[in-house]
Amino acid sequence: QRDFAEMVKKDKVVVFMKGTPAQPMCGFSNAVVQILRMHGVDEYAAYNVLDDQDLRQGVKAFSNWPTIPQVFFNGEFVGGCDILLQMHQNGDLVEELRKLGIRS
Amino acid sequence: WNIMAITADHIRNKLTTEIGAIHVEVEDTSPNRCAASFKVLVVSPQFEGKPLLQRHRMVNTCLAEELKEIHAFEQKTLTPEQWEKHKAQ
Repeated sequence: QRDFAEMVKKDKVVVFMKGTPAQPMCGFSNAVVQILRMHGVDEYAAYNVLDDQDLRQGVKAFSNWPTIPQVFFNGEFVGGCDILLQMHQNGDLVEELRKLGIRS
Repeated sequence: WNIMAITADHIRNKLTTEIGAIHVEVEDTSPNRCAASFKVLVVSPQFEGKPLLQRHRMVNTCLAEELKEIHAFEQKTLTPEQWEKHKAQ
């Protein structure tokens, strides 16, 4: 059994996605990768849920969120693609990243 | 449930009844994705004072059963006030 609480705390930014940052396998996961890239977030932990059904179901149960991708900052669930996109558009993302010590 | 197709009307009705949405736009994006996919805009006074994550959780909870069958789901959640501004733009 995976310890999701541990996984999401290990890195400042953690993403559960379909595919990898180098090769996203879904438009929504790709959008998250592109938004992070735009903000200069290059170093983050990305877990590919397509590799592992337990990982895919497990993270949904852990966050109580039904869809992938899922983004965590400092161990806290931020949201999926729609929320990250809106945070990008309204400026909240810059602020949240600043709190993590990441200048975008 | 599995044999029942999820329709835009069904989603609209549920959001209206269960989270008091005063305006719902549902776009069926399935044709682009070859599986049940929807994009929704939900306007509800119940979103007032709630952060984005909590609003989206309300929509997810309302459509929990449907989301098991939906392949891709996009949402935008606005208060009536935000909706008025949105329309004015």
